[in-house]
Amino acid sequence: MKTSRNLFFRFHIDTPLLVALLLLCSIGLLVLYSASDQKVEIVLRQSIRIGVGVLGMLIIAQIPMRTILRWTPWVFGLGIVLLIAVMFFGYTGKGAQRWLDLRFLKFQPSEIMKIAVPMMVAWYLNDKPVPPSLFQIIVGLILIAVPVVLIARQPDLGTAILVGTAGFYVLFLAGMRWRYLAVTGLLGVIGAPLLWYVMKDYQKQRILTMFNPEKDPLGAGYHIIQSKIAIGSGGLFGKGWLNGTQSQLGFIPERTTDFIFAVFCEEFGFLGVLVLITLYVFIIVRCLYMAREAQGTFAHLLCGSLALTFFTYVFVNMGMVSGQLPVVGVPLPLISYGGTSLVTLLLGFGLVMSAYTHRDLIAR
Amino acid sequence: MSRLILKNIGQESQIFSHRIVVALCVMVILFGVLALHLANLQIVQHEHFTTRSKDNRVNIIPIPPPRGLIFSRDGVLLAGNRPAFSLEVVPEQAGDLDELVVNLNSVIGLTSEEISRFKKEVKRRRKFEKIPIKYELNEDEIARFSVNRYRFPGVNVTTRLVRYYPHGKEFAHVLGYVGRINEREAKWLDKANYSATTHIGKTGIENAYEPLLHGKVGYQQVEINAQGRIIRVLKREPPLPGHDLYLTLDTKLQMKAIEALGERRGAVVAIEPATGAVLAMVSYPSYDPNWFVDGISAEQYRELNDSPDQPLFNRALQGQYPPGSTIKPFLAMAARYYGVRDAHDHTWCPGWFRLPNVRRYYRCWNKAGHGAVDLKRSIVESCDVYYYELALDLGIDRMHDYLAQFGFGRVTGVDLAGEESGLLPSREWKLKTKNLSWYPGESLITGIGQGYMLVTPFQLASATATLSMHGHRAVPHVVGQTEDPVTGKSGDLLSEPPEKVVSGSNEDWDLIIEAMRDVVLGKRGTARKVGAGAFYEFAGKTGTSQVFGLEQNEEGEVRDKSKIPAHLQDHALFIAFAPINNPEIAIAVVVEHGGSGGRTAGPVARKLLDYYMAHH
Repeated sequence: MKTSRNLFFRFHIDTPLLVALLLLCSIGLLVLYSASDQKVEIVLRQSIRIGVGVLGMLIIAQIPMRTILRWTPWVFGLGIVLLIAVMFFGYTGKGAQRWLDLRFLKFQPSEIMKIAVPMMVAWYLNDKPVPPSLFQIIVGLILIAVPVVLIARQPDLGTAILVGTAGFYVLFLAGMRWRYLAVTGLLGVIGAPLLWYVMKDYQKQRILTMFNPEKDPLGAGYHIIQSKIAIGSGGLFGKGWLNGTQSQLGFIPERTTDFIFAVFCEEFGFLGVLVLITLYVFIIVRCLYMAREAQGTFAHLLCGSLALTFFTYVFVNMGMVSGQLPVVGVPLPLISYGGTSLVTLLLGFGLVMSAYTHRDLIAR
Repeated sequence: MSRLILKNIGQESQIFSHRIVVALCVMVILFGVLALHLANLQIVQHEHFTTRSKDNRVNIIPIPPPRGLIFSRDGVLLAGNRPAFSLEVVPEQAGDLDELVVNLNSVIGLTSEEISRFKKEVKRRRKFEKIPIKYELNEDEIARFSVNRYRFPGVNVTTRLVRYYPHGKEFAHVLGYVGRINEREAKWLDKANYSATTHIGKTGIENAYEPLLHGKVGYQQVEINAQGRIIRVLKREPPLPGHDLYLTLDTKLQMKAIEALGERRGAVVAIEPATGAVLAMVSYPSYDPNWFVDGISAEQYRELNDSPDQPLFNRALQGQYPPGSTIKPFLAMAARYYGVRDAHDHTWCPGWFRLPNVRRYYRCWNKAGHGAVDLKRSIVESCDVYYYELALDLGIDRMHDYLAQFGFGRVTGVDLAGEESGLLPSREWKLKTKNLSWYPGESLITGIGQGYMLVTPFQLASATATLSMHGHRAVPHVVGQTEDPVTGKSGDLLSEPPEKVVSGSNEDWDLIIEAMRDVVLGKRGTARKVGAGAFYEFAGKTGTSQVFGLEQNEEGEVRDKSKIPAHLQDHALFIAFAPINNPEIAIAVVVEHGGSGGRTAGPVARKLLDYYMAHH
């Protein structure tokens, strides 16, 4: 891999990944400008967030994996403490206690867990033989379950599932035996109906609406119908930037955040969608490649899991906007308006860059 | 280290690569399915969705429901909706906007704030949308604009309904006020029903009855063209106005109470004992709720909030004061109930009281002493020594349990938000909050309504009503009736009959009430001046509660009241009800730093009683 040793590499930056990410963010700003009724201030605010996120990513990339490995239990512990703090002192928004108000900033500790949980599981498996034994898998599952339960209690079922998935990917990549995977999957299938009973009414409603959106055209199903009309009327080539009637006339709800993909589909058409998916696939494949080239079990598992989690976000959002998955409130990575998920994602890419570019330093 | 060596790095890499390949395959399949689905929507069903998108011209515009009106018992409008006029501009019809602003400015006058806000909005919205340039036009401005209207195409006066309170300050603490919906409220509100609503009840009745007052949102289905212009209205679903509320409050009695209290800080609460209907509720000083409707400036709000008079503070419901001697009739009932005192048992009052082995003197307000005092006289002349000894014999546990039956120490359950519970001390309470055990000396001062005990004026009025009804209590309420303006159907909110809540024999109730009658009508009563010349029979009790603990001076020095600054003067309290049989009104008056209860609070209550008894 000596050929890729250029100037950027020395500063622990992976050029192909950085370019792809910046390209994606730029597309995001273009779509946002259209979706927000051409409000420059919103685009500016989002640009600043991107700037902060990219800076954070580049800073994280400078930290060697060894150091990150050492920090992992502390980061995880801090996350757990914050989650418990949210239970007691949390700021309640939209009926759920997720936010911690630190006066100068409000943030969701559950967001930290999207990175901290895979870090912790990877840390635990770092010096264990492969494939992990049943005991190690159970310990791993407990490490995942504690934060997931805390987040689900907030209640934020969507984030809880995503955090759980991120942790589970680590176990999968570590070579968890197929029969264990099968058993876990089976438990999941049995457990799903039980979940129905703990779900809130609005959550049940979302799932019912997914199966039959036309039943409730002015309520919850409205989102999905309007979003599908936007996507479908976009056609092969799209209606053109700033020309999507569905978007511009306000038929798509939440069109700057969760449903921004519908705006994109309407204005750029199926060809645009293919370009966008290709870009996402490039980023994911590049990250998986970097994960494989990185050295040490911790680096492998963490980076691999982050890449797969990124894929999950993309897939869940696109699936939900196009009416194939229930509306769970997952933003489209790097495109949707909003700072928290953007910054977390970019910090995750920082970890991947660090793992890839610091590999000589931890060579054995 | 040895475990690390055991690990087979090659095998690990191999497994990892293998798993990545699996993950990649799954990913390709999933993205493939997604792409196929999108292709189905965008290519196969494209025609269908294009048609639907073109037909997608029906927009739904919510119409806000008019907020329910609030009337007093005697039918006076206390909270209504008035039309407010604002000037709106449609940019594409208005021509040159800079010129328009200059011309409009010369006709009706615009502030620089209004101009800059308007220009900002113009950039933000589409050219055919109406953009407000000036809110709250007065009649003069409307007239001047109307005359010049021909000069301003695309500029129109529009109307919306704004809450207003015709009586301003007088009912502020009962009604509360509405204000703009803030971010926090927006999060839990029913988004659909509030989609056109800008204001929400923040305090008082406006807050407590928000769901009834608000009504149901209406819709207008309009057809719009591809640029979003409204072509025609397809369907109109009118909003359902909120329910009107009829309060139990009597406007004239309320005014009387305001007048009687004058410029003194304090509270007056009057309750109809048999029903729990609140007849008057005053807290002075007050504020004008109209200030809050269209937003109060931060400066103005700070001024209100920081004022030493605390006009925003609802003294009737949230002010907590030591009850002073007004607690005595209640404790006298406790003495009878537990059999601690007979009607004719005497206590010797030398003007002071001492606990065995304690140096401290507990003084009676009458330094000369009352001599031999029986139960009735203890109330009529408000002998402190009698209650020191009684408190010692009852003990804090029995005092607490009996007073709790009257509702002290907890909210009365009135239909208003923000009620305070007061404080009824007990052994457990002290252990829990102060981690200390209860001292006998604390029972003594609780016996004269001092020490830890706190009551709200509202609580005191409710307890007095309960006493007047021989221990029967009706839950106090401010709203008597609601009326659906569409169907004209009215609903009684609270019609539960009074419930027996305090134990006691009729003989004892009569004894206590007779003593309270003599407080105001007897020759030796502490408030005989208050009762002088009354044309009806009533009962009362004075109270003076210390703000500053001078009287408990160990050596019992003579207290020089003139030397105490005004803000440390005693609070004056008075409770009363009339008539003695089948009481119609029970009153509690608190005058902050008013000095003696008989002199300042008593006359306020008397004025209310005079008015009410003459007119009912």
